[in-house]
Amino acid sequence: MALLEVKNLGIAFGGLRALHDVQITLDSGEIVGLIGPNGAGKTTVFNLLTDVYVPTEGSIMLDGASIVGKKTYEITQNGIARTFQNIRLFKYLSVIDNVKIAMNSQMHYNMFQAVFRTPRYWKEEQAMDERAMELLSVFGLEKMADTRAGNLPYGRQRKLEIARALATNPKMLLLDEPAAGMNPTETRELLETIKLIRDKFAVSVLLIEHDMSFVMGICERIIVLDYGVIIAAGTPEEVRNDPKVIAAYLGGEE
Amino acid sequence: MNAKVKKKLVSYAINALLIVVIFIALSALIDTGVINRYYAGIVKLIFINIMLAVSLNLVTGILGQLVLGHAGFMSVGAYAAALFTMHSGLPTSGPFAVLTLLCALVIGGTLAAVLGFLIGVPALRLKGDYLAIITLGFGEIIRVIILNLPFAGGALGLKGIPGLTSFNLVFFVSVLTVYFIYAYLVSRHGRAILAIREDEIAAEAAGINTTRYKMIAFVMAAFFAGVAGGLYAHYIGVINPGKFDFNYSVEMLVMVVLGGMGSITGSVVAAIVLTILPQALLSFADYRMLLYSLLLIVMMLFRPGGILGRSELSIAGLGRWIKRTFLGKKDKGAGKPEEGEV
Repeated sequence: MALLEVKNLGIAFGGLRALHDVQITLDSGEIVGLIGPNGAGKTTVFNLLTDVYVPTEGSIMLDGASIVGKKTYEITQNGIARTFQNIRLFKYLSVIDNVKIAMNSQMHYNMFQAVFRTPRYWKEEQAMDERAMELLSVFGLEKMADTRAGNLPYGRQRKLEIARALATNPKMLLLDEPAAGMNPTETRELLETIKLIRDKFAVSVLLIEHDMSFVMGICERIIVLDYGVIIAAGTPEEVRNDPKVIAAYLGGEE
Repeated sequence: MNAKVKKKLVSYAINALLIVVIFIALSALIDTGVINRYYAGIVKLIFINIMLAVSLNLVTGILGQLVLGHAGFMSVGAYAAALFTMHSGLPTSGPFAVLTLLCALVIGGTLAAVLGFLIGVPALRLKGDYLAIITLGFGEIIRVIILNLPFAGGALGLKGIPGLTSFNLVFFVSVLTVYFIYAYLVSRHGRAILAIREDEIAAEAAGINTTRYKMIAFVMAAFFAGVAGGLYAHYIGVINPGKFDFNYSVEMLVMVVLGGMGSITGSVVAAIVLTILPQALLSFADYRMLLYSLLLIVMMLFRPGGILGRSELSIAGLGRWIKRTFLGKKDKGAGKPEEGEV
C-alpha cells in the first residue's frame, strides 16, 4: 500500500478551479518532485495535504486513513511535515528551541509537572535536548544551537526549517522550494542532505522546486502541474522530453 | 543528573534565597517602622501590580495577543473574593482569616478564569487590533454588568471589605504567581506559546495545537488577574466598578510595554517603577501626571523595546552586564537571554 494516496483531488475558490483531478501516489522512501510554471497550483497541493485548505473534491489517504478535514497540527502529528516557500522560522527563539517546539507532541509532562519541575520534566527535557542536538548535527547546526534563528544565514535557515520539520517524526516531508535563493554550492549540499535524511529517517519526500538541475538530480519521479491539472508524470527522463511539459514552460504552438 | 540540570537547580536555589532575603528585609523594615504604614500600603500595591503586569504580559508579550480588558478580569476576581469574605461567614479575623482570604482568592481567580474562557472562545478567533477592540468591549461589558448587579452595590460598590491582605500574603502570592508563569514558560508548553507569537502558521505546521495554547495562556492570565483583584479588594477595603475601567487596563498595558513585551522580569521592574513613580512625584502636585507622562515618553524614546526588551534579568546576566559596561570586558554569553526570576 502506498504511503500517500491522493485521488481526484480538487479545490475551487468560488468560481476559480485552482486544482482539478490531481492524482498523486507516494511510496515510503520515495523522493518525488512537483514542478510547474508559476501559479500552476503547486503550493495549493501542499496546503491541501496539510489541510490549510479543505478540498472541494477528491480524497487524501495517508497510510490508508483519510486525513481530509483534520486540523493542520493533527496532520503534522499524523506524519506529514512541511517547510514553507518563504521561510517561517521562530526568528526570535534559539535554533534548538525551534527544533524542540516541533517535538512538543512527543513530550508528555503536563502543566503541573512543568511548574513543579518534577523528575519527569527534567528527564523528558533532557531526552529532547539530546535528540534535538542530534538532529541539528545532521544539518551541521549543532554549534549554533543557542543562536537566534533569525540571525542564521539564509542557507542555514532553510536547513533549520527542514530540521524542524523532521523533529515532528514525519513519515513524509513536504518541501516547498527548498533550494530557493541558494547558490550552486549550497544547492549541491542540500541535495546530498535530502538524500541523507531520506535514508537516515526513512521519510518520503515530496518537493516543489524551480531549479531544474536540482529536481532532475534528486527526484525519482516528477509530477508536472499546469493550470491546476497534471499534464505529465514519470521519471525525470520522460518528463524532460514530454512535449506538453516543454510547451507549458516555453510556450507551445497552439 | 547532568551538569546542565545541576547548574539550573543552583540558579533556582540562588533565586529562592534572594527572594527570602528580600522578604526578610522588607518585613523587617515594615515591622520596625522604617517603612511607615502608608508606604507599607504602597509596597502591597506594588506586588499586586506585579501580578497584574506579569499576567497581562503572558497574553500580550509572550502569546503576542493585544488584550485591553485585563481590568475586567481583575474586577471579577475582586468582587467575587470580596463578596465571599463578606457573606460566607468564615472568620475574617484571627488565625484563620488567612484561610478565608485564600479561599476567596481561589474563588475570585477561578471565576475570572471561567469568564476568560467564555470570552476567549469568540475573542481568540481574532488577532491584533481586532482582538484588542473585542477585549476592550468585553472589559466594559463586565464593568456595566457589575454596576447593575443587585448584590454588588451599584456605582457605590462594596464597602467595608475586611483588610485581610497582609504583606506576607501578598508577597508570597505574587512570588508564586511570577514563579508559576516563569516556570510554565520554560517548558514545552511555554515554548509552544512563544512559537505562536513568532509565527502562528509555522507553529501549527510544527504540530502545535494553537487554539488550545492560546486559550490556556488567556485563561491563565485571567485567573491571575482575578487573584490580584481579590488581593486588591482586601487591601483597599472599598471597590467600585469605576475603578476597573478602561484606563486601568491601559495602565497595566503601559507596565507591560515599558518593561518589555515578553520579559517577565521587565514587567516586574516596570510594575515597581510605575507604582512608585506617581507617589514620588506627589510633591509636584498639579504637574504630577504631566511629569509621569513625560517620563513615559522619554523612556519609550530611549528604550523603545521596553526597559528589558525581550531579555530576562538574572544574576548571571547582571554580572556580565556589569563586567561589560564598567570593566569594558567582552564575553561570549552577552546578549543571550538568561534564565532567572525576580
